[in-house]
This record gives sequence, C-alpha cells and structure tokens, in this order.
Amino acid sequence: MSMTMTQKILAAHAGLDKVEAGQLILVNLDRVLGNDITSPVAIKEFNKIGVDGVYDKEKVTMVMDHFAPNKDIKAAVQCKMCREFCNDKEITHFYDVGRMGIEHALLPEKGLVVSGDVVIGADSHTCTYGALGAFSTGVGSTDMACGMATGKAWFKVPSAIKFILKGKLNKYVSGKDVILHIIGKIGVDGALYRSMEFCGEGVSSLTIYDRLTICNMAIEAGAKNGIFPVDEQTVAYIKERSDREIVAYEADEDAKYDEVYEIDLSEIKSTVAFPHLPENTKTFDEIGDIAIDQVVIGSCTNGQYKDIEEAAMILKGRKVAKNVRTIIIPATQDIYLKAIENGLVKIFIEAGCVVSTPTCGPCLGGYMGILAAGERAVATTNRNFVGRMGDVTSEVYLASPAVAAASAIAGKIADPAKI
Amino acid sequence: MVYTGKVIKYGDNVDTDVIIPARYLNTSDHAELASHCMEDLDKDFTKRVSKGDIMVAGDNFGCGSSREHAPIAIKASGISLVIANTFARIFYRNSINIGLAILECPEAVANISDGDTVEADLDNGIIYNRTTGKEFKTQPFPAFIQKIIENGGLIETIKKGELK
Repeated sequence: MSMTMTQKILAAHAGLDKVEAGQLILVNLDRVLGNDITSPVAIKEFNKIGVDGVYDKEKVTMVMDHFAPNKDIKAAVQCKMCREFCNDKEITHFYDVGRMGIEHALLPEKGLVVSGDVVIGADSHTCTYGALGAFSTGVGSTDMACGMATGKAWFKVPSAIKFILKGKLNKYVSGKDVILHIIGKIGVDGALYRSMEFCGEGVSSLTIYDRLTICNMAIEAGAKNGIFPVDEQTVAYIKERSDREIVAYEADEDAKYDEVYEIDLSEIKSTVAFPHLPENTKTFDEIGDIAIDQVVIGSCTNGQYKDIEEAAMILKGRKVAKNVRTIIIPATQDIYLKAIENGLVKIFIEAGCVVSTPTCGPCLGGYMGILAAGERAVATTNRNFVGRMGDVTSEVYLASPAVAAASAIAGKIADPAKI
Repeated sequence: MVYTGKVIKYGDNVDTDVIIPARYLNTSDHAELASHCMEDLDKDFTKRVSKGDIMVAGDNFGCGSSREHAPIAIKASGISLVIANTFARIFYRNSINIGLAILECPEAVANISDGDTVEADLDNGIIYNRTTGKEFKTQPFPAFIQKIIENGGLIETIKKGELK
C-alpha cells in the first residue's frame, strides 16, 4: 500500500483505502481543541455558521491555560466568552481554573487522546499527541470553528521524513535534547508541510514523556505532525487513563519517505538553542560564559512530572544564583499535587525558586515572568523568537529541564553533568 | 482577481510573534490587532502601510504559533496579498480559511524590492513587477482551495454546503 503511518491514519479517517502525498482530503475528527486565546476567535466564526450545537459535546475541548488565571481584564473577558459558550453548548471537556492544566499535558493525562485518533487544535503545539501514535496537528481558529460545527477538517496529505533512532540517551540528556538536535540539523523549515515519523530500536528506550517533548516541537521544524509507533509503553500509558479502543497503525514496509535520518541517541549531548531561532543549537563544547537573569521550567514542552522531578533532583540542597529568578510551572493540577506530595515543591522553595499554578504565561510573553530589555532567560519552553518572552532586546535560550536547573544554580548557562 | 499595490518587503522566518506579539492576544478585535501588526520587527509598519499594499517575504513566512490573529492583523492593516518563498503550514491554511490572498513564488520574491509596485493576477498565476517590468508565473491553487477562496473563506464554504 506504500503509506506512511500518518497517511494510514488520515486515509482511515477520510473513509479511503489509500491516500497519496499532495492529495486534498476531508477528514473526520476525534477531537477539536481550543484555548483561551484561539477559542474566542473560533466562537465568533462558529456563530456565523448558523448551527445550533457542536458536532459532539464529548469531543469539543476547551482549556483556559494561556492567560489564565486571568492576567488582566481583557483576558478575563476572553475566558468568560469561552465559559459561557461551553456552558451553553453543554461541552463536557471544558477545563477552567482549578481543573485546567497546560492543554498538551492535560489532554494525554486525562486520556482524551488515544492511538489512531485524528485531533486538531487551535494551538500549534497540538502536534504533541503524535507521541501516543495519533495524528494531531495545529490549526487556526476558523478550522476549529468548522471542526466544532461539522467534525471535519480539510488536509493536504503530507509526505514524510523518517528518523530511525538507535541506542540510548546518556544521563542528563532527554527528549528535549533530541528534538533540539534534530531541529539544529534540519532547520526551522526542514520538515515544512511534512510528517516527522520516528522509528527504530531506540524508540523503546524513550519514555512517553520524552516522546511527548519530541513531538511537541515538531512544529518548530515546520512539520505538520510528529509521530511515534505504538508500543507497550504507549498502551500502558493510555490504558491507565482511557477505556477507548487503541488502534495501532503502522507504516507500510514500502512506505515512501522524502528523506531518512539515522540518529544514535547515545551520541546526543545536552543541547541549547540560542536566540532567535530554535535551529541555532549549540552543545557545551561551543558555549562560553553566558550570564542569565531568569530560568523558566515548565510549558507544554517540559512541564511534565518527570521534567519537574529532574529539575528538583539537581536543585535539591542547593540554592539558585543571586539575581536569577527561577520560575517552576508544573503543567497540570495532578503534576502540581504530586510535586507537593513528593516534596519537590519544598526543594524548589528552599532553593529559592517560585512555584506557580499551571499556565502557559511566560512561554509566550503573556505574564508570570516577562523579561526586561537586554535580559536573558534559559527556558524549557519551545520558542526563542524576538520578543517572545518580553522586550524585543531580551533573549531566550531553549534547553532541557536538567540544563535549566543547572543554569539556575550557576547563574549562567551550565552543563548539568558539571554541577 | 487582480491585486495591485506597493511592496513592503521582509526577510526569512518572519514568525507570528513578530507579526502580532502575544501581549496583544487578549483581544480578537481586528482593528486593534492591526494597530500592533509587525510591531516587534518593524515599528513603522503601521505608519507606512496603505490599503492594497503587497507584503513580500522570504522562506517560512508565518512560522510559530497557530494564532489566526496573525493573518487577521495583516489583512486588517490593509495588506491585500502576501507573496513569499514559502509559508509555514498553519499560517498558509489560516490565510486561505480567512480569505487573505497568498502566493508562493521564490523567483518573484528574488526580483521584487521594497517600494516596488506589483500587480498579481491570481486566476492566471501571474505576478508583474511594474517598477522593473519583469513578469513571473506561479502555480495556481488546486480547485478545492480555489473554491474556499472564491467563497470568501471556509465559513462561507460550509454555509453553502460546499465542504465535500
């Protein structure tokens, strides 16, 4: 049949036996997601269509995470609009302050995505769920509106790049380093319009959380989606959270790929993306003394319990450097609670960090950690564009939780292996 | 459809954070978004843009966030058409869905300068640089996408029952 894993999922959801790269298809959606920034635009568009309700009350999902808890009056108005819409349309999966988390950590955690699903979200990092063997991709608010009304979206079937993984990651090296390494190699448009399909014996050594981080940043290489095969770890993760049937699609043996890369995980080192593009990657042999003003550990990329725990193990019994504001943001309420119960929050506070309720806040320069002119931050977030976290002359260095924690202690960008 | 306008040109990887910074995403008002369009890349953009102007850029235009506020801000600022080497995929589909005209044509981009006057015929896929007298051919959109653009966006297409 010569189809990639992505193409097989899309074909099945379009009711077709076969699809080819470049073909335009109409696809049935298993979930339609929006947040407090993109949903208000979608709601306005939805109301123009003239349908009474959404296509499926269980499948439309809204998460108030970007500027929530409300950062200002305008943000409060936007969340109120989402809340009233969801109440009016009787939407089951509306996550407001108290229940919400950062959307791309929350949906997998709540079992709202399973292998084989097609998910669209009005947020570019919706590509995260490829880690669970789903096709998921970011769209705009109009697509979200049409998805809410009809349960369908149009797609151009993507071609793919194959990444064959082998070996195992070294200590202090995680999924973040893998994806930064790949983006450094192929560039911010290296996978433009295409799928990034990961495979090979190295996959089994990556945790689900590593895979979530890797797929999360597929968009940073321009990709339509990133996707991992379904294995025992995937099944175990989903079965704990959902009763839905897991459909494990596999790429055909004769599937065509535009490019193939072999990546030895054991050769990947801690990697940092310098301003102002995620492709500007360096490893510690190329990094000099770069003093920093702030560290952010969290976001949809690296706000999982494993990420918070890794940072805590490095910060335990140590103090963050004077003048480095260190902001820890567990991605969901469950992660936050577990961090309290297991003593991680105590470690952070004793080290001189601040621990926040879940929010996207500083990642996109919203609030909760904005940078002044000329300031530098090491962040476990996903973008380091001009002005992303504050003033246009501020700088964001993207790194793993381990590098971020080590940097907070050192007061400069630091290698966790040397702390 | 033929668009004629003065060119405002930028480089590669113009991201949605500079097109419309997140600090202004607490609104979805089109005019307000337009008043901050391109602010972090070109603070004079809103002063120098005139209705009908054409934006020209390099690779991967509109990369980053899925915010539809980005093509909305560009359209509401008066820009009639964006020509780039390539577009980031979410920006590409958002533009089609909201009815902002876009064209990919690296040859034209290489031969158009800031301030030139350009004419673009979308139906026939022809871009003409009036300032230099050079003409370029582009690929027309597939019929499926042409239909969405002709209908004025995805919402109108759905209302007409034509999303099939």
